Amino acid sequence: MAFVITPEPPLAAWLIALKAQMTRAPGFFDGRPVIVDFSQLSPGSEGVSTLLTDIEALGISVIDVENIGEIPGADPWKRPLVGGRPGAVVEIKPREVAKPEPPQPMPGLIVEDHVRSGQSVLFPKGDVTVLGSVSSGAEILAGGSIHIYGTLRGRALAGAQGFGRARIFCRKLEAELVSIDGFYQTAEDMSPDVRGTAAHIWLAAGRIMIAPQK
Amino acid sequence: MAKVIVVTSGKGGVGKTTSTAAIGAALAQSGDKVVVVDFDVGLRNLDLVMGAERRVVFDLINVIQGDAKLHQALIRDKRLENLSILPASQTRDKDALTSDGVAKVIAELREKFDWVLCDSPAGIERGPAMAMHHADIAIVVTNPEVSSVRDSDRIIGLLDSKTERAMRGERVEKHLLVTRYDPARAARGDMLKVEDVLEILSIPLLGIIPESQEVLKASNVGVPVTLNNPETAPARAYQDAVRRLRGETVPMVIPQERKTLVERLFGRRVA
Ligand SMILES: Nc1ncnc2c1ncn2[C@@H]1O[C@H](COP(=O)(O)OP(=O)(O)O)[C@@H](O)[C@H]1O
Ligand SMILES: [Mg+2]
Repeated sequence: MAFVITPEPPLAAWLIALKAQMTRAPGFFDGRPVIVDFSQLSPGSEGVSTLLTDIEALGISVIDVENIGEIPGADPWKRPLVGGRPGAVVEIKPREVAKPEPPQPMPGLIVEDHVRSGQSVLFPKGDVTVLGSVSSGAEILAGGSIHIYGTLRGRALAGAQGFGRARIFCRKLEAELVSIDGFYQTAEDMSPDVRGTAAHIWLAAGRIMIAPQK
Repeated sequence: MAKVIVVTSGKGGVGKTTSTAAIGAALAQSGDKVVVVDFDVGLRNLDLVMGAERRVVFDLINVIQGDAKLHQALIRDKRLENLSILPASQTRDKDALTSDGVAKVIAELREKFDWVLCDSPAGIERGPAMAMHHADIAIVVTNPEVSSVRDSDRIIGLLDSKTERAMRGERVEKHLLVTRYDPARAARGDMLKVEDVLEILSIPLLGIIPESQEVLKASNVGVPVTLNNPETAPARAYQDAVRRLRGETVPMVIPQERKTLVERLFGRRVA
């Protein structure tokens, strides 16, 4: 799948907007082939001869151009569309939940996939590691700590059977609720400073503490 | 090999029925044998959108209960002879959809057609479960707003755990279809961005269908939008989605607001 972008004059402003978009959504173009449509530009448009270089300088891979006409500097890009990469997002592998083995060492539960809205993962015996994201409306309940390598949008309840030293880690905090040893904090009470960050959550003197990971 | 596709979403009113009709017709236009099956027992709609409502005699439930043969319930489209519809019952209860009955009907449809498209009802209960159970492919229809995205996420979880394929340890191939995308509202920030929807749902994007009056016009005359006026923006977006479904690489265009020349000039003058 390729994306088509259609630059419009003035190009300087357009490039700034594109850059802003990429800061807002890093990874949006990541590795995805992009086609540049020149239909809104003419050979005289200011900055047109360096446009493709400017776009590539932002880390976007231009695989083709459209409606190019006689625009200078674009020739090297007039190449045929070659094997676009698959869709926006990586295909997800079948969910495999590692079966806990008999004790020693203390086994953790590894969830290889996303945990979707409406699903809960319950593991009173120990730690839970999720390789994907935890959706809004999904929940992880662990006797030990919880590690989430994707975004935590749902609920994470660690130390659920009275283990105050349990912790929660996630790559991006957008949680509805986090809890350790029965103490909890809802989205509403979370400081805006930690939302969206890679967060580390622990319990200190009966209070939920949240800080960005160092 | 026939492919069974479920068109599903969790939430109602997002465009499942519209998309089933549009995609079914577009698939049939290239000569494949296609059937669209209405699973929305009690709230049937697909017959109306396909313009077949005046020719319904038997329905899915009649076939399941053995009151009619499959070929008696299938209605052939007036425009495309290789496109058929299997209507739902408007009067029966959805509990009449027995697992065995549905399995038999789907197996028979697989023999007769290249594509079997199942239009799912909303929700997560029996109706949607039956509609998705035999699917090889799921088209998850989502509007760019939070409640629709969350419901789709829920449905993806069910596709990965409750379907026949999931139970065999295989996967249902899942595709995201973003519908009713309104470029003006997107520009104002009143809607989720497509990239945010993609990030949350993490399944490949099949297409982006713009919000358009053409969809209403087509459904009012009972013609799938891809047949009614193939040149319109939603029809083209559906045609592109169908090409991607067939495995072609088609560039994804995010619908933009089309400004008239006057608006452009005016916009520049004030700027
Ligand atoms: N792209 C679109 N633009 C405008 N209206 C649409 C679009 N898609 C669907 N609709 C309208 O939205 C309503 C719900 O669509 P429908 O396909 O019946 O949804 P569902 O089957 O998911 O309940 C209908 O009135 C339909 O005409
Ligand atoms: Mg419907």
